[in-house]
Amino acid sequence: MKMIIAIIQPHRLEAVKEELYKVEVNLMTVSEVLGHGRQKGIAEVYRGFKETGNLLRKIRLDIAVNESFVQPTIDAIRKGAKTGEVGDGKIFVLDLAECVRIRTGETGVLAIG
Amino acid sequence: MKLNFKINSRIFGFGILLFMLMAGAVLAEETATALAADPVAAAAPVLTVDTGDTAWVLISSALVMLMTPGLAFFYGGLVRRKNYLNVLMQCMVILAALSVQWVVFGYSLSFCPGSKWIGGLDWMMLKGVGLEPYGDYSATIPHQAFMIFQAMFAVITPALIIGAFAERMKFSAFLVFTLLWATFVYDPVAHWVWGVGGLLRDMSWMGLPGFALDFAGGTVVHVNAGIAALVTALIIGKRKNIDKYPIPPHSLPFSVLGASLLWFGWFGFNAGSALSANGLAVNAFVVTHTAAAAAALTWALIDWRIHGAPTMLGTISGAVAGLVAITPAAGFVGIGSALIIGVLVSVFCFAAVSYLKPKLGYDDSLDAFGIHGIGGLWGALATGLFASKVINPAGADGLFFGNPKQFLIQVAACLITISYALIVTWILYKIVDAVIGVRVTEKEEAIGLDLTQHNENAYTILE
Repeated sequence: MKMIIAIIQPHRLEAVKEELYKVEVNLMTVSEVLGHGRQKGIAEVYRGFKETGNLLRKIRLDIAVNESFVQPTIDAIRKGAKTGEVGDGKIFVLDLAECVRIRTGETGVLAIG
Repeated sequence: MKLNFKINSRIFGFGILLFMLMAGAVLAEETATALAADPVAAAAPVLTVDTGDTAWVLISSALVMLMTPGLAFFYGGLVRRKNYLNVLMQCMVILAALSVQWVVFGYSLSFCPGSKWIGGLDWMMLKGVGLEPYGDYSATIPHQAFMIFQAMFAVITPALIIGAFAERMKFSAFLVFTLLWATFVYDPVAHWVWGVGGLLRDMSWMGLPGFALDFAGGTVVHVNAGIAALVTALIIGKRKNIDKYPIPPHSLPFSVLGASLLWFGWFGFNAGSALSANGLAVNAFVVTHTAAAAAALTWALIDWRIHGAPTMLGTISGAVAGLVAITPAAGFVGIGSALIIGVLVSVFCFAAVSYLKPKLGYDDSLDAFGIHGIGGLWGALATGLFASKVINPAGADGLFFGNPKQFLIQVAACLITISYALIVTWILYKIVDAVIGVRVTEKEEAIGLDLTQHNENAYTILE
């Protein structure tokens, strides 16, 4: 079991979701986050007061998958999120120790799907 | 190269503003001397200012002013939050820039006696537009009261077009386009309909004795802006990925607030157009409210029947459509006609937005054409059907009251306005596109116009 965390551009979310559905990854948690990598954000100015290095809006996806789904999920996210410009985001893959479905009490591989 | 374009557009914009101010400064001095030496004013027939009328027109002017920020919220709630400030900013800048344009030369182009096609330049910087009434427009209020009332109309009309190109237009290009559009489309068309000797104020040259009925600006404001909206939406192209992923409004409560301010301000727009605090103003007030209510209700019911639930967005869209449709008719129709006009405008606009738009495939982001174009057209034609001299002896009877010619006049006035708006809007757009470039880059569109055009964000996530 792996936990896949992806940070993507907000406007690519719909495209990423579409790609994920194609490889039958239908379960995900989506949250709105702030961050910047090499981009350093865009300067904002309020009544002449300049704030540099502002954080940009990003979307974070949390997806728990079984081993056989890891590569298809990564590929789908890349396919949907890539624009080729700086700021497209990152994908992190972590080992997942346990997973429990609250309603039934199922654990592990069964609980993920 | 990119940098060059940016500088060009700024210089272009500043140039226009500078020109306006310089022209103003020169004329202001002339005005001072002219006023002192002009004996004609004394010889003119004495017109008395009525305090009640003046109070009502000033209040109405303030009401109509509030419609532009109202429109900003109405439109702003419908866009994505990354473009929210951009829409608010476009409306507020129009309020500022066109108010300046209006007193410097816009009012003169529209209302100064001139040819059939356009007013003159004699009233630039409001030279000769004083605190005495001007009989041809309003016998009982100071000329400047009429001028400032009209200023608010000149402001909101180009603001309506924003709905068509929202979320993808470069701000500099927008500013220049708007100033040009106001000068070359709004000002002449306002002159045709309302100006002394205007093209549509006397249609006998077309073999149609009579004049086009347009009480508060159905043709000048709504048909005109609606057609400009269609043209700009068609040329600027669709927003990216709009076909694949529909864009939900970012804050419908803001749109409801905006629609409410529009409804409120519209009493000034229509009832104020009587230019007097009298029975005609009351008639306009009552039919305006009635048509808006009937249209809001109708749209909600259509939504319920066709989409399974009555929606908030549908209800406010209906209200605005109803207000648009009753605008040209407000001073000429009674309560029964207002109900029919209101119910039918929602049917027509609903059809335009739900069926015509997808079929023709243009991306009119916020349905500026679907509501103002179609609604305005229906209102202008409906005026030719339902107008009655019983309501307003100074008006005319419509088709249903035994005067089919009035309907033909309305059709002709619409066709003339549509053709002119269509062609000139297209030309102005192409000029601005060639000089500045109208559309933002794909990347700017993706990041959002708030951050890329204004260096600001509407909302924060972290304090």
